[in-house]
Amino acid sequence: MVMTTPEELNVDLKATSVEETVSHLTQRFPGIVSADTREGYGGVIVAKDKLVDIARYVRDVLGFDYLSSATPVDYLGEGNHSTDHLEMVYHAYRTSGGKALVFKAQTDRESAEIPSLIHVWKGADFQEREAWDLYGIRFPGHPSLRRILMWDGFAGHPMRKDWKEAYYEEDHKPFTSRWPGGHVHRAEEKSIFGHNVRYPADIDLSRLTDVSESTLYSGFGMGVDVTRMVDHHGVETNELMVNMGPHHPSTHGVFRMMLRIDGETVLDLDPVMGYLHRNHEKIGERNTYLHNIPFTDRLDYISSMGNNHGYVLAVEQLLALGAKYNPPTYRAEVLRVLMVELTRIVNHLWAIGFWLNDLGAFFTPVLYFIQERERILDFFEAVAGSRMMCNYMRFGGVFADVPERIHSVTNLINDRMRDFDTMQFLTEMINERIPRTIDELDAYLTQSEIVRVRSEGVGIISREDAIGYSTAGPLLRGSGVAYDVRRADPYSIYPELDFDVAVETSGDMYARYMVRLREMRESVRILKQLLPRLEYTKGQPVNDNNMAYSGKVPVGESYGRVENGKGELGFYIVSAGEKKSTANPWRYHVRAPSFINLTPLGLMSRGSKVADVVSILGSIDIVLGETDR
Amino acid sequence: MEVSLQELNKTQYPIPAELQNNVAITSLSKIYNWGRRNSMWPMLFGLACCAIEMIATASSRFDFSRFGMEVMRATPRQSDLMIVSGTVTKKMVVPIVRLYNQMPEPKYVLAMGACASGGGPFKEGYNVVSGIDKYLPVDVYVPGCPPTPQALLFGLIALQRKIDGQSLTTADDVPWYGVGPSEPTPVPILGPDIIDPRQMDMIRRMAESKAAKDAISLPDGRALPAVKTAAAVVPVAKKATAAAAPVAAAAPVAAPADDKRAAALARKAARAAKTGGAPAETVAVEDAAPAAAAAPVVTAAAPAAVAPAVPADGAKPWEEADEIREQRKAAALARKAARASKRDEGK
Ligand code: SF4
Repeated sequence: MVMTTPEELNVDLKATSVEETVSHLTQRFPGIVSADTREGYGGVIVAKDKLVDIARYVRDVLGFDYLSSATPVDYLGEGNHSTDHLEMVYHAYRTSGGKALVFKAQTDRESAEIPSLIHVWKGADFQEREAWDLYGIRFPGHPSLRRILMWDGFAGHPMRKDWKEAYYEEDHKPFTSRWPGGHVHRAEEKSIFGHNVRYPADIDLSRLTDVSESTLYSGFGMGVDVTRMVDHHGVETNELMVNMGPHHPSTHGVFRMMLRIDGETVLDLDPVMGYLHRNHEKIGERNTYLHNIPFTDRLDYISSMGNNHGYVLAVEQLLALGAKYNPPTYRAEVLRVLMVELTRIVNHLWAIGFWLNDLGAFFTPVLYFIQERERILDFFEAVAGSRMMCNYMRFGGVFADVPERIHSVTNLINDRMRDFDTMQFLTEMINERIPRTIDELDAYLTQSEIVRVRSEGVGIISREDAIGYSTAGPLLRGSGVAYDVRRADPYSIYPELDFDVAVETSGDMYARYMVRLREMRESVRILKQLLPRLEYTKGQPVNDNNMAYSGKVPVGESYGRVENGKGELGFYIVSAGEKKSTANPWRYHVRAPSFINLTPLGLMSRGSKVADVVSILGSIDIVLGETDR
Repeated sequence: MEVSLQELNKTQYPIPAELQNNVAITSLSKIYNWGRRNSMWPMLFGLACCAIEMIATASSRFDFSRFGMEVMRATPRQSDLMIVSGTVTKKMVVPIVRLYNQMPEPKYVLAMGACASGGGPFKEGYNVVSGIDKYLPVDVYVPGCPPTPQALLFGLIALQRKIDGQSLTTADDVPWYGVGPSEPTPVPILGPDIIDPRQMDMIRRMAESKAAKDAISLPDGRALPAVKTAAAVVPVAKKATAAAAPVAAAAPVAAPADDKRAAALARKAARAAKTGGAPAETVAVEDAAPAAAAAPVVTAAAPAAVAPAVPADGAKPWEEADEIREQRKAAALARKAARASKRDEGK
């Protein structure tokens, strides 16, 4: 354990800037901590055997109490570095705001072992399991290092650079087979099985067993031997094991939970995921930077605009390292914020609606919210060309300006489709329709006896746990932490906009509901400020047409994050630059709020009733596209 | 027997006045189909992004209850239609096949979106199944990513049209009418990679030839020629002079007592051999995955049914596929030449 020296207690280390912190760390721990001097990189590299101590120091003494993201990178033949190695990259923030302290630990690819940080930040739990699953890094100290996205028994760790999928063509897109004159064929034709499968050469069918389920159950410490218990009336009962999902209608997608229950009380809960693991990151590392924008749409498919924003911010950070890049114009920024705030309203309406579904108000409130959402989607469709998968933002701007007039089929007058002046449509929507819907929702639900009884005091997570478990978004703010990336680490034009961060302190489901409700009101407030800005920036260009199909991205790493509806959405991108390919990311990682917010689900559900588990999950608000990626 | 109209009107329950003294004649198939097409209950389960559009389709603006589909059932036992709304991953296809097997017949599958139809944007991913039709017979494909609610509605109407065309008497393609209940689809196994039990034999052979260091792949490990289960079964049926032979051989294994079923399957195989490929009902997309829809019916009889597809004399299936491809190519070239000469004649 590293102890603080008396001198350190005199300086307020918790208030120093990140640069000062980095130089402090390197001086304080020579030989253990060294600055990361690779071109385009920042932060420090920590000797892996001292990682846990340094992490404690970073958290307790330096005040970086919030671990935002922990993700591996496979530097195999990448050329930037002398030897091939695996690297864990940690981004830690202060909940009081400010930039990230990035620290890294390296290990060789064969032994692949890095001490677990789960006892420093519990939020590292799922992220380390993911690193084990996809990269094969072992984390000594992790209590249950099991696969999380793939199934047990799967051959290999697929995100490693030398692991090739069955439909592998080349390392990078655009594939030569797709060029003009290239021979395009269906991928199935290349496999003798006609499927997307590849079996190891030594596959032994006679001894083949499907262990994907059995280890799941045994890993949870349940199964055949049922524990006998005596309840307080002296009645002997058994613990029961219940499986929920992955096609349960109220798990919000293909999510699965294993519950250990005693009567109606939940003793333990283990989330099981990966049923929608569609290899976003592997595909993303083959794609060009531009290719990835439509893929980000499909992460959190309720709020595609927000995902676009996070991704373009991350790439723009990298682009800004080199010359020849024009940052977005003011109008482009206004348009981005406009779309993102509309998306946030859509997201919260959806989240509250489906949470009410879980509470038993089956589908009635949702229908009203979806109707409002349809109106916003009509606007998106007119602007971006697609209702849900907008693919709207570009590096250095947005895809197109809003059109002069739009059609909206939602506002039917005598069954005829109407055509509106866009600004008029927006003004009406922002000033009247959306506030009206929010008021209605507020009037009927906030004081509703049923909503309050069902949600107050249920699914509590304390302030300390909310930070420790790396939760984000309404889950974090419902527990009294006023942490909103738009304010804590501002981006775009948020600094000049007037809005408050919604916070509640009780940490229960009701608090999360209230945070969402108030955030929608704040979004309306922001949108109202955008309307005049839209008027007076009319005619400004909205994108930088220089950004070619496969723009050159300089070497380096970047972490772009935005406050999305579900929480902090981050993109960690490493560009190997000239040495590999300037058009394809070397590492493309998504810090998905839905995924990390599930880490404390067990904690929040323990001791509650079975019927509450579903609504606790609903109050976290997950979307599986992002959870499993 | 003589019945007077007066007699007919004297039922136990009241007949509205405007319907009295009327005789309506219809076929049993028609009235049966009419009932079924207007009460298609979809299963309430969503897979990915497309599910959101499915929910939007169910809600007030688009409202598919107008077509008798408002009752979404959360249990497979009560549903008629499985809308595969999103990316099918290898991990998820296991429960999906189980769910499908639990649905009572008549049952239909609608592949919603690019992912469910053929893999979609995530097709190359290591955990993604290239379309649900690799495992289940699909009735309607709806293109889009995601399909708009209008497109989904169109797909549902297309399904209704398909149901209208089915007959209680003659359809060997409709297992529950012509041949009796179909066999359950074998549930895939999650081994080192996903294993389709119907392909066990091919996998074994692959492993054997790999162990024997047979060159089954080019040095870069890619560019293996095609063998699809469907493609392999159909041409072999063509080769064997008696088209019914492989199926008849398999039938006793599958269902010894079911002669009717075996006969129907044989008829079907013969038909397929005549047309050179199993016709798939592809309503909305032209070529999303032809032939695959019919394949499971043939191969699902028993894993053993696959065996005749791979000749036992040691010939490699992939070589055979080459042969077939050559034949097809030659045929296409001949057709092209014929067309060209016709054109010239026209001039
Ligand atoms: S087709 Fe597109 S929208 Fe539908 S599940 Fe696939 S990626 Fe999502």
